Amino acid sequence: MQDVPGVDRGRVVLYALSTCGWCARTKELLTDLGVGFSYVYVDLLAGEERDRVVREVERWNPRVSFPTIVIDGAKVIVGFREEEIREAVGA
Amino acid sequence: MPDAVSDGEVDRLMRDLEAEAEAGGYHTNPDREFTRDLVKGLLANRERYGYISCPCRLASGNRDDDLDIICPCDYRDPDLADYGACYCALYVTADVEAGKRAPDPVPERRPGPAERKRQKEERALVGRAPGTLNYPVWRCRVCGYLCARNEPPETCPICRVSRDRFERFM
Repeated sequence: MQDVPGVDRGRVVLYALSTCGWCARTKELLTDLGVGFSYVYVDLLAGEERDRVVREVERWNPRVSFPTIVIDGAKVIVGFREEEIREAVGA
Repeated sequence: MPDAVSDGEVDRLMRDLEAEAEAGGYHTNPDREFTRDLVKGLLANRERYGYISCPCRLASGNRDDDLDIICPCDYRDPDLADYGACYCALYVTADVEAGKRAPDPVPERRPGPAERKRQKEERALVGRAPGTLNYPVWRCRVCGYLCARNEPPETCPICRVSRDRFERFM
């Protein structure tokens, strides 16, 4: 999990794929908004770690699709939904 | 992107995909930079898995389990019809390409793991069902092309996907 420093809007976690254009846009949006967040490229993980993170994503989003954003372990946003993301991080 | 893919390779595949798309009545995303990144993702996946699985989906690495998400994926055509773009937005409809409308966000259409397993078993059963036809009918799961012959063609003559993307239709 990589940390991007920024304004504290709660714990914002981005599950992403390194090859996906929509994941890149989501990461860019969060960065531009100046929000502090953590992200992980699930496709770059291997073995047990990958299985563990996939199960984690599945808990929030049963289809295991990307990007998935989890905020404060409560709110989930699936896909690059710009308005929803802006609203959720109060930016 | 961490995987090393050369610019020349990216340009080549992008050109090929665009030419093939236009020849078959499909269109690639006119946002060149966005499309280029997707093509880079396809090549990264080919490097990792041996096939160009969707850059916006997590591949298992087992070709048989990933067949439906090898580009062009099984979901491209229905997503084009419903949203104007495929899931990763490499392919778009003619009106989106022409800038007449923006594509809608595309929700994931691919079923979850349990449903995929069930569908796979169902397909295996259809393949074994006794028929009264002179020839079995095969359906391309990507573009819907049908042909009646003993085996599906090596390559779909319409959308160019490989033989293993066909299913027994009748």
